[in-house]
Amino acid sequence: MSITPQTEPLAKIKSKQIRELLKTGKRIDGRELDAYRPITIETGVIGKAEGSATVSLGNTKVLVGIKVETGSPYSDTPNTGVLTVNAELLPLAHAIFEPGPPDENSIELARVVDRGIRESKAVDLEKLIIVPGKLAYVVFVDIYILNHDGNLVDASALAAIAALMNTKIPKIVVGEDGEPKKTEEFKPLPIQDCPIPVTIAKIGGSLLVDPVLEEENMASAKITITITKNGNICAIQKSGPGTFTLDEIVEAEKTARRKAEEIREKILSSAGG
Amino acid sequence: METVKRKLIDENGLRVDGRRPDELRPIKMKVGLLANADGSAYIEQGKSKIIVAVYGPREVHPKHIGLPDRAIIRCRYHMAPFSTTERKSPAPSRREIELSKIIREALEPVIFSEYYPRSMIDIFIEVLQSDGGTRCAGITAASLALADAGIPLKDLVAACAVGKVDGQLVVDLNDEEDKEGEADMPLAYIPAFNAASLLQMDGQLTEEEFFKALEMGKKACLKIYEMQKQALKERYLKIKESVEAGEENQEA
Repeated sequence: MSITPQTEPLAKIKSKQIRELLKTGKRIDGRELDAYRPITIETGVIGKAEGSATVSLGNTKVLVGIKVETGSPYSDTPNTGVLTVNAELLPLAHAIFEPGPPDENSIELARVVDRGIRESKAVDLEKLIIVPGKLAYVVFVDIYILNHDGNLVDASALAAIAALMNTKIPKIVVGEDGEPKKTEEFKPLPIQDCPIPVTIAKIGGSLLVDPVLEEENMASAKITITITKNGNICAIQKSGPGTFTLDEIVEAEKTARRKAEEIREKILSSAGG
Repeated sequence: METVKRKLIDENGLRVDGRRPDELRPIKMKVGLLANADGSAYIEQGKSKIIVAVYGPREVHPKHIGLPDRAIIRCRYHMAPFSTTERKSPAPSRREIELSKIIREALEPVIFSEYYPRSMIDIFIEVLQSDGGTRCAGITAASLALADAGIPLKDLVAACAVGKVDGQLVVDLNDEEDKEGEADMPLAYIPAFNAASLLQMDGQLTEEEFFKALEMGKKACLKIYEMQKQALKERYLKIKESVEAGEENQEA
């Protein structure tokens, strides 16, 4: 059951300052409305994982680890590998996070990241089948939030795609006896797209790209639009208790498209190798 | 295992169930059918069947989750184990947890929750039979149930999905079109605000298709909105009739 959450109390003076600044097109950290915080990406940070990446978006910090195992494919998709995304809002990342099973926020986060990767076909799952109907690679994408300062969706999705690009999986050959055997050789995951999510928050009548936590807590709603390398929209999620007018949605889509291009270049140059 | 993919749009431009691209499935709505609930509604949209009950505003339990300035809304979207081809476990899935959250957020903008501080309003959506579009039909029925419960609303929320099948944009996808199609975009629309309170998308759409899909979605939601108002009117006509019949009985 989903319950109206208690919102983090935000000092009146702070929220007033944010609103006043927005009227002049400025934000509390000096950014333009459509500017991202500095993004840093580091890949291959966890040696035991088949792939990994950390992404910092200002003070938001996310670690994604990829583990690859073998298992049976789903019975309704016998010819494709398996990809699952899970997110942990770790209690060490913010005072509001409690330990325990994933709540609706971490489930929503994981599912929005999953949608972007799945619907863009970023990972060619058809190439991850070893024996049709019997054996497939199973790719686990685990999102670890280390520090929460807003816009977890973009930071997580960027870390996930950077980690997937960095992933090496063991080559498995099927012998003459039909038995699959792991080899010592490794190969990269078959990656064929680079979906980029852009999250836009609405405060009053203003649309802000990449909100920090204080802005997120004031926002009536957020929308995440994920764009493929061909410029198609592959995932959308409106989140939060407010609304977007249809004109605002059109404006948000245009902004998302523009920002996605910029960020993709960054991802490809730091993780593409 | 070879599966032959059926064409989703035939040579006459009609869909698997004979509809035109902008045509909704047959929709039946009924308001006020559960005796215990404060408000209730039932919707049939094609083969999808959903029942919704609203309880409240009522006292919050446990007390500390209440808010000092408004009511909290609790929402559960749940699918019956027998609602799908393969039995669905009654335990809430990750999908149901996500949908409960976004459906709550789709309905909250129209509820005058500030009228009921420290209380709660519960919305229970049960999918009895699922054939695509259940989150949207659930929202459509939930706003009727809220109105039936007498909770002050800024407007009704009408919801409908737009999608792409065989390269063509269509509204109100059924299960087959959702699964086999290229994109699915559920939209909840509030006419009074000309705004969307739920918007999701999976699949792939170009920018041009997306803008067109928004317009088609808005039109489809407006059709559903008219049916919602009609369903509410019918409910109140019935109440009026029963009151008048009661008066006659008393006179006799």
